[in-house]
Amino acid sequence: MTVARPRGRQIEKLTTGTQAVAQAVKLADVDVTAAYPIRPYDGVMQAVAKLIADGELECEYIVAEGEHSQFEICKHASAVGSRVFVGSSGVGWMYAMESLAVTPSLRLPVVAMIGNRALDDPGAFGVEHNDAMVVRDLGWLLFWVEDAQECFDATLMAYRVGEDRRVSFPVGICVDGAFITHSQTLIEIPDQETVNEFLPPYDLGDRLLHPDNPITIAPQANEDWVMEIRKQTDEAARRVKGVIREAHDDFRRLFGRGGDNPFFEEYMTEDAEYVLLGMGSLGLPAKVMVRRLRGRGEKVGFIRLKWFRPFPDEELAESLGRFRAVGVIDRDYSYGSPQQGGVLFTDLRAALYDAERRPRLVDFIGGLGGRELTPEMMDEMAEITRRAARGEDVPTVSWIGVRE
Amino acid sequence: METPGRVLKLDPIRSIKKAPVEEYFESGHRTCQGCLSSLPMRLMAKAAGPRTIVLGSTGCMYVANTTYMTTPWVVPWMHTQLGAAGSAAVGTAAGLKALMRKGKIKDEPINVIAFCGDGGGADMGLSAISAALTDIEYNLLIFLYDNESYANTDIQTSGQTPWGAVTTFSPPGKKHRIMQRRWKKNVPGMLAAGHPDTRYIASGTPAMPVDMMDKVRAALRAGGPTYIHVLDPCPKGWHYDPEHSVELGKLALETGIYPLYEIKDGVLEFTGITKQIATGRRRRKPVREYLEKQGRFAHFKNQDYAYFQKKVDEMWEQWIIPCVVAFSYGGPINITGSEPRVRNKNVERVNASWTGEPGHAHEQYEGVSDAPSEPWRDDNRLDEYPNALPSTGH
Repeated sequence: MTVARPRGRQIEKLTTGTQAVAQAVKLADVDVTAAYPIRPYDGVMQAVAKLIADGELECEYIVAEGEHSQFEICKHASAVGSRVFVGSSGVGWMYAMESLAVTPSLRLPVVAMIGNRALDDPGAFGVEHNDAMVVRDLGWLLFWVEDAQECFDATLMAYRVGEDRRVSFPVGICVDGAFITHSQTLIEIPDQETVNEFLPPYDLGDRLLHPDNPITIAPQANEDWVMEIRKQTDEAARRVKGVIREAHDDFRRLFGRGGDNPFFEEYMTEDAEYVLLGMGSLGLPAKVMVRRLRGRGEKVGFIRLKWFRPFPDEELAESLGRFRAVGVIDRDYSYGSPQQGGVLFTDLRAALYDAERRPRLVDFIGGLGGRELTPEMMDEMAEITRRAARGEDVPTVSWIGVRE
Repeated sequence: METPGRVLKLDPIRSIKKAPVEEYFESGHRTCQGCLSSLPMRLMAKAAGPRTIVLGSTGCMYVANTTYMTTPWVVPWMHTQLGAAGSAAVGTAAGLKALMRKGKIKDEPINVIAFCGDGGGADMGLSAISAALTDIEYNLLIFLYDNESYANTDIQTSGQTPWGAVTTFSPPGKKHRIMQRRWKKNVPGMLAAGHPDTRYIASGTPAMPVDMMDKVRAALRAGGPTYIHVLDPCPKGWHYDPEHSVELGKLALETGIYPLYEIKDGVLEFTGITKQIATGRRRRKPVREYLEKQGRFAHFKNQDYAYFQKKVDEMWEQWIIPCVVAFSYGGPINITGSEPRVRNKNVERVNASWTGEPGHAHEQYEGVSDAPSEPWRDDNRLDEYPNALPSTGH
């Protein structure tokens, strides 16, 4: 892996995941934001409010009366050409669902931070990925981050990719609740000039809603035209991967971070016989597990998926073909789905169906409702995957850490 | 009312002949014949002029007007979700303000108007409108066109449907003649009472076009978040011949069911016919004259008319501000801290539902004679009069 020297001056700062997002919001010079409280995302709105109060960011800060309004406010502010930031968590994100569904069809690049959280009852406030995954079929681009540094990086990346005229889609930055939103780490923050070089001004072109450009946005189309509109949206969705690659190259050149692969991070996979694959905060315990097992001579690796939408199907199929087994860790669940497994697992199986070399795939459901995923649990998952790699009979889907 | 600097200069329109000739809501829509909801759209756009952005929440003025590839809107227009007129207006106004302040677009006053129907505005969108009216930094107008039902989806009961009206959700039946048992929500009164920083709230009707256009201009001149509630007779939903639309709008004023007023900086002033009634220069007509002209009240018996009249009388005689603020003083109260006094001598709390038997207030009118002066109003022969039901559309 080649690491470029970062352009410009970088400062180091001890921040939580939410504060890191707020720092990126400031450097992106966001024009409008709308806030409504729900844990664990709300730390970002507190941080943005403080930046505005201190005069570090000039931005309209609207305290909405619910998430539906929050997301509608930002959708419409985006339509008149302002860069917007918004976010939510769990059931709050669900309350905004109607707005979430129409924003990608309107092709408005709203950037939202999703502080991943279980969908409440029975009283669960901890991390689970199902909330963000509910929009996976709607056109939202979804990026799962690993730590506060990636919170910052992903926010800049979200504006760059989402606002690209070839893309023009909303982007969700998925941040595991508590584990990342509330954990402090040291992050590197680039200077404004370098950020400006990476992130061009938001320009809607002839889609701008303004009296000088009297257009009608979202008139009522039915069977006459909806298929064509959906197809256009699909074509844009197919262009996203190319735009991500460009943005990723620029990002590495300017900031000296980001790794070789824009879509997923591979950890100690060069000679691995089997790997675990997951998203979000489980990267840290998984890497601890890999290092420990490597010390004992186990040929194990870890792959952390960053972009969940667009799903890097070809790239994953090419990479995973090298291994004999892949253990997918799902911090989500899809009741009654094929194999009764998680969403990531189901998507990955679909992605590998046409691959020439298909590893054995097993699924682990773990860490639901905010339960910790410990290195010991990782060991257990690695053991099952190792047995799968050797051709032993193991369950396709295992629930990890459940009291029987 | 003082005019802040950041709004367009829009002079009052004193007569229909002095209204601008330019249209910003043109042909190209497909509303029903006699639609009195598309007329306020046209008048509102005319009054606001070309430097305007209009946002339309889901409803018949979205579905019937902006069919894909056609649009009657000459000014920029954007759809918003059913409950989002308030938030769409705030988002648009905030976006424009931020961009102008940062020098990203030309700094100039632009009117932001978000319209909604009674379904989207008085029901699910009420919280967003209420929030918008507290965002005093943004110049915006929320324009509710009230045709008293969810007219786009087949005429269903809304929070603005009058008591007793037939809708597809409140059909008269063999057991229950009255299925719509809720009295119409007083939305402009509620918004005026609860949002003291809002500089302009008004009620209007396109049956009085000059009055309505003047109010749109006054709202846009006032600055900050403003609200106008407009009563629109709807031939399809109210079930009458389309030629009577304007007449019904006027009757709603003459019978006192719907008052015309504006509240500027917290000061209420009645306008038009309502002003004449409030100042004693005109008598209210019986509400029966208004109700009888509409198929949706064809199942009414004398007792229902009597109850309806009683409720409207209560609004005029007992409310602190006739027809607007739904409170009355229960007795002498101490306002100033000095001498106890009663502010409104007319006020006397006689609401039967408090003092009478439990049950619905309407039931006390069961004793009212229902002589068959109009035999077609007989409940048992309701089936013979299918016109008593609004058409179910398609």
